[in-house]
Amino acid sequence: MTAPTELTIAEARDALAKGDLSARDLAEAHIKAIEAARDLNAFITETPERALADAEAADARRAKGEPAGALDGIPLAIKDLFCTEGVMTSAGSRILDGFVPPYESTITANLWRAGAGLLGKTNLDEFAMGSSNVTSYAGPVVNPWRRAGDNRPLVPGGSSGGSAAAVAARIALGAIGTDTGGSIRQPAAFCGIVGLKPTYGRCSRWGTVVFASSLDQAGPMTRSVRDAAIMLGAMAGPDARDSTCVDVPVPDYEAGLDAGVKGLRVGIPAEYRIDGTPGEIVALWEQGVAWLREQGAEIVDISLPHTSYALPTYYIVAPAEASSNLSRYDGVKFGLRVPSDDLAEMYEKTRAAGFGDEVKRRVLIGAYVLSAGYYDAYYLKAQRLRTLIAGDFRAAFEGVDVVLTPTAPSAAFAVGEKTDDPIAMYLNDVFTVPASLAGLPAISVPAGLSGDGPPLGLHLIGRPFDEATMLRAAAAIERAAAFSARPGGLGS
Amino acid sequence: MAIDKTTVAAIARLARIDVPEADRARLAGELSHILTWVEQLAEVDTEGVPPMTSVVEVALPMRDDVVSDGGYPDKVLANAPARDDGFFVVPKVVE
Repeated sequence: MTAPTELTIAEARDALAKGDLSARDLAEAHIKAIEAARDLNAFITETPERALADAEAADARRAKGEPAGALDGIPLAIKDLFCTEGVMTSAGSRILDGFVPPYESTITANLWRAGAGLLGKTNLDEFAMGSSNVTSYAGPVVNPWRRAGDNRPLVPGGSSGGSAAAVAARIALGAIGTDTGGSIRQPAAFCGIVGLKPTYGRCSRWGTVVFASSLDQAGPMTRSVRDAAIMLGAMAGPDARDSTCVDVPVPDYEAGLDAGVKGLRVGIPAEYRIDGTPGEIVALWEQGVAWLREQGAEIVDISLPHTSYALPTYYIVAPAEASSNLSRYDGVKFGLRVPSDDLAEMYEKTRAAGFGDEVKRRVLIGAYVLSAGYYDAYYLKAQRLRTLIAGDFRAAFEGVDVVLTPTAPSAAFAVGEKTDDPIAMYLNDVFTVPASLAGLPAISVPAGLSGDGPPLGLHLIGRPFDEATMLRAAAAIERAAAFSARPGGLGS
Repeated sequence: MAIDKTTVAAIARLARIDVPEADRARLAGELSHILTWVEQLAEVDTEGVPPMTSVVEVALPMRDDVVSDGGYPDKVLANAPARDDGFFVVPKVVE
């Protein structure tokens, strides 16, 4: 029989239902695998006892013939940005080191209600700010993939790098991440897994450590499109505690996956052909077009004229929101305090010691663009651009059902290769940020390998709240790509 | 726009982050680099374009204005660096 860590969520679910496997078997196999893969630094906190207790509860429910839900007995890894009652939630920051939430986030509560178990809390860029998982207070995460003939560690992408590495390394059946400008999709591409950012408003943000309120969304990170559909179904839904979480029906995402793409109109945006994009990225994109056309989709050239302004818009809006949101870390209510006799000095020393360099940079930029005299020129200007960028997509979606692009402009890079210049790092998100600004659902699907070994992803963007159509197209890419490569260290 | 060390000190004060004198020149360079890059937005004519206020087109849901949560001060205070008798404790601010 296949090792429990090799299963997809769908396969594990079916094996549990047939009685071929117990939730305890699954939990034990993953706990062992996590211990053996500590070099990856994928987890900040491991919760093996909790995982076993969750598994035993799932087995007991099943023995009584009353399984909880779609994920009963499935052990998951949770980005250390979701508050978990009684389990440290650090956001990868010194300022929250040791913070133990007295409450549970809505997203994790939904997963536990569906029967899932907690393997641990995964590493991330500090406060989810980064694209390579090097800004974490808990240290960098190592991508389980390596380049051929080169043993230097590669970054897993970010900010949900620990979640991506854990799923790719077969030490979690699935994980959740958060995506503000690409933080689920880019690490999914770098680690050869599926990563889905839902429509803004599809999933509750309550109890998730906030970065940029108008952009943050939780989503699944899995080894198959079907698994992403299963997890999204369990996560999504309205929440009275998040007024931006929209009360619309959550369809059965799994049901329509195999319906195919015959007649589906797939938009190819001219503006995503960016000078300097490596040939293999362009070639994979063209391959993706061919795969969908061969399966009956209609390919439509589209224009999203304001695409090149998306990144600078994002790097005004997101830091502005972050500077406001992160004002709560003041050494008073929770987290680190650097003592002083003077209140203002206590704030300043606490935040200087508690935040890392990238977080400080973004908070300072945010404070600047929101400050008197600059608000109109920067923040208001960016909000106007955001209207134009969202308008581009609205117009395009009058003629197409999904949009296909690459996920990232490169494969995973080595630690230190790109991390010196903040803007060079920001460019990682060039293909993912526009959909974030427009609040649209998007997914990265592993679709091939770069010339030197690590995986590459293709990116689909859907209409608002139409994750179902996007997932159907993603399943078509997945079928055609038949991606079966594995990270080097894992054998086959 | 290029910003100088004095501006860095002013926004650090706004953001309540202590930035020592020795770090201000480096930060002025980094922040100027980022600000100059985002200023390319100025080339787009946004006359008459409304600033985005919500990315989802839905009306904000309403609920009754009643207390729906609370009553557990110990939980609220559990992570406080300093607490006393049901209160957060901060350095003295009133002489």
